[in-house]
Amino acid sequence: MIVHARLSAIKGIKPHEWIIRFAFGGAVCVIAGLIAQRFGPVIGGFFLAFPAIFPAGASLVEAHEEQHKARAGFNGANRGRIVSAIDALGTAMGCIGLAGFAGVLWIWLPRAGLVQTFVLATLVWLTLSVAVWLLCKKRVLHR
Amino acid sequence: MHVEIGELLARFLIGGVIVSFFAVLAEMFRPKSFAGLFGAAPSVALATIGITIAGHGKAYASLEARSMIFGAIAFLLYAACVSWMLLRLKPRALTATVALMPVWFAASCAFWLVVR
Repeated sequence: MIVHARLSAIKGIKPHEWIIRFAFGGAVCVIAGLIAQRFGPVIGGFFLAFPAIFPAGASLVEAHEEQHKARAGFNGANRGRIVSAIDALGTAMGCIGLAGFAGVLWIWLPRAGLVQTFVLATLVWLTLSVAVWLLCKKRVLHR
Repeated sequence: MHVEIGELLARFLIGGVIVSFFAVLAEMFRPKSFAGLFGAAPSVALATIGITIAGHGKAYASLEARSMIFGAIAFLLYAACVSWMLLRLKPRALTATVALMPVWFAASCAFWLVVR
């Protein structure tokens, strides 16, 4: 299946879903900062990869799929759960890219400029994540 | 522990915006396995590392990034467990993601014992 983006999907996001994501995202950044202040950068750094928004995201994915199926007159509970599981698998693949992003920051931050390091780290995250996704996709298709 | 209210507010606002941005990307893309990649976007790091560097310097932020590598591996284990649980045991997504959160903490603690 070819990757594609649907801009219309943005219209389907309800106001309370925007608020949940914004509030969770903001709260995690505050908590990560407070933990680093209290316990130091070694423990604080773990929370830069804390899956705080993940539970909310997974349940919203499940709810959207259920609603989609319900509109077509079906019980979408099972479909919602499967799509949510596939989404979680994609997130697991993305974690390899996330580790790559952190690795670039770790090595390059003390040596290079902030903007260059962030650009390189973001490129590494995106490239690694997509590469792992493509590899897994190929492996599944060729089974 | 001295924390500026202004810094906390900046973290909250920037974090909220960046996390929402990646959540929108995840909503837009299909197939869902690809969209899931954005669930592990470095949103918290992008939102906070700049503020951390301004307050504590690059060496401090670099040390945080080293721990973040292990946090990301713990996240991988956690997300894989969630996916497995949803397919095999068929709970609600919120139940699975919250019930398995100790996996992330346990893996992170194990890594911390190694790197401290």
